[in-house]
Amino acid sequence: MSIEIQHINKQFGDFTALSDVSVTIPSGELVALLGPSGCGKTTLLRIIAGLETADNGRILFNGEDTTASHVRERRVGFVFQHYALFRHMTVFDNVAFGLNVRPKSTRPSKGEIREKVMKLLSLVQLDAMAGRYPSQLSGGQRQRIALARALAVEPQVLLLDEPFGALDAQVRAELRRWLRRLHDEIHVTSVFVTHDQEEALEVSDRIVVMNKGRIEQAGTPDQVYEHPANPFVINFLGNVNLFHGRLSQQDAEQHGPVEDAVSYVRSHDIEIDRKQQDSTSLRAEITNIQKLGPTVRVTLAIAGNSKCVEAELTRDLFQNLGLQSGEAVFVRPRQVRVFVEDYQI
Amino acid sequence: MSALNKKNSSNRSQTEPAFVRWLLIAIAMSFLTLFLALPLAAVFGQAFEKGLTVYLDAIREPDTLSSIKLTLITAAVTVPLNLFFGVTAAWAIAKFSFPGKNLLITLIDLPFSVSPVISGFIYVLIFGLQGWLGPWLQEHDIKIVFAVPGIILATLFVTFPFVARELIPLMEAQGKEEEEAALVLGATGLQTFFLVTLPNVKWGIIYGVILCNARAMGEFGAVSVVSGHIRGMTNTVPLHVEILYNEYNYSAAFAVASLLAFLALITLAVKSVAEWKVRQQFENN
Repeated sequence: MSIEIQHINKQFGDFTALSDVSVTIPSGELVALLGPSGCGKTTLLRIIAGLETADNGRILFNGEDTTASHVRERRVGFVFQHYALFRHMTVFDNVAFGLNVRPKSTRPSKGEIREKVMKLLSLVQLDAMAGRYPSQLSGGQRQRIALARALAVEPQVLLLDEPFGALDAQVRAELRRWLRRLHDEIHVTSVFVTHDQEEALEVSDRIVVMNKGRIEQAGTPDQVYEHPANPFVINFLGNVNLFHGRLSQQDAEQHGPVEDAVSYVRSHDIEIDRKQQDSTSLRAEITNIQKLGPTVRVTLAIAGNSKCVEAELTRDLFQNLGLQSGEAVFVRPRQVRVFVEDYQI
Repeated sequence: MSALNKKNSSNRSQTEPAFVRWLLIAIAMSFLTLFLALPLAAVFGQAFEKGLTVYLDAIREPDTLSSIKLTLITAAVTVPLNLFFGVTAAWAIAKFSFPGKNLLITLIDLPFSVSPVISGFIYVLIFGLQGWLGPWLQEHDIKIVFAVPGIILATLFVTFPFVARELIPLMEAQGKEEEEAALVLGATGLQTFFLVTLPNVKWGIIYGVILCNARAMGEFGAVSVVSGHIRGMTNTVPLHVEILYNEYNYSAAFAVASLLAFLALITLAVKSVAEWKVRQQFENN
């Protein structure tokens, strides 16, 4: 089931939530809508589900226009950010809800429903919790029940709104891997909304980066990370350092005669050395050292430049170098992306 | 968070000295005793002053029985109607946005802000003999004012806000997500309402109904204007108490009044259970 989103616009009063958004989600893929809060990603997801109506534009499921069809008829599974489990029903009844509300002619028998629900509960590894109420479950368990409930109706499309947003770091990481494995098993076209770039890079087949109601870039995690289309994308996907400067003769030939340019270097692409390597090495002084578990963040002041630069290196490398705060060193960017000033956000 | 608050409330460094606390509690308790408990005790004391037989005779008296019957009929008609109006209004206001929503909220509150006497007069003005519809009604031999329909209409107006007012904040606090989840799972609007919305506000409804019922049975002002005080026909219990009292028939007046007092006590008991359950529903969000 592929999803085609064509020229969607959505306005809330004076606020433009989505402006001319077009993107295609190939069948069977797990796609992340990634962006800062307020960028319109949740609105887009709700429009795909039919919970919100676009001002104009079309959503096609497998080439068929769904604009006129009711939420009920779209056969989507939706997992809400705060799960939205029916609080007065047991876990079993929650998962069975979508089957129980079907008209008599298409409703499976009690036994079939029971069998299906128990199968789904064991898929999400919560068969023992069938008789409990949502309030008796942990956040991660509720999330999995919400997923089982969405899957019970055999949706053509699975939509997840910030599925791991309200969970603590460890449960989050665990559920992330679990969702990836689950998707590899059932292969239903899935779209999930997230503001966490790490989550998007780890879980998805494809990332759609959004900002201010527009799509900045869509592509595989590698494409988006290795070849960011513009400053927003590189800024959003990881820590970067900015270097303002002029283009060298050689670059100017590529980019045209533009004077000011900003180059972006990711923190882990900055090399620290005691010796000057080549002409790109800059003299700098270490002003701060922060140890963040497996990595170490070193803040450096570049000689003759008011701006500070942050470099991230592995703990091993840091220990081998034996860096000290206040020490004079050389820094050298390993990989630089240049965007001309005009495009800067 | 709540555990933290509980800890704080017993923390000596953040509370007043013991005598201040006891003084405040004592003032509040003596105020309650003076103005609430004592009058209530007086009602029962007066009612049973001449013994149980006099009490029972006063209640068994035909005019009293007919006033009890009328009060029960009024409540039996108005409470279900206002339950229906209240639930639909609250559902519309809390779960949908539409033009005129604020106007509707204001209108629902209107009976609270208008004196009951005026609400009674509205019906006399519309349906009374000198009123807008009076001549037409007389032609067709339909009696509204000074008859049971007028009493029911006035009570309906006065008790309109209770159910809606109770449900709107509760429904708004619970949000729309569960309803949206039900819709996505294929439920129809009615299924969503009966299977998801209604069970979540069950105790709020009971609370609203209890208050609505207490007011419907106890309403005096509006009903007094439209009733016409015809003994045995258009007298409700509160009106009957007044008549008996004005006839210096104290023990009968207090005997009938004690029925209303009983109703108040039962209401209070059910209300506190419902209140406790509603708070649970709020906290489960």
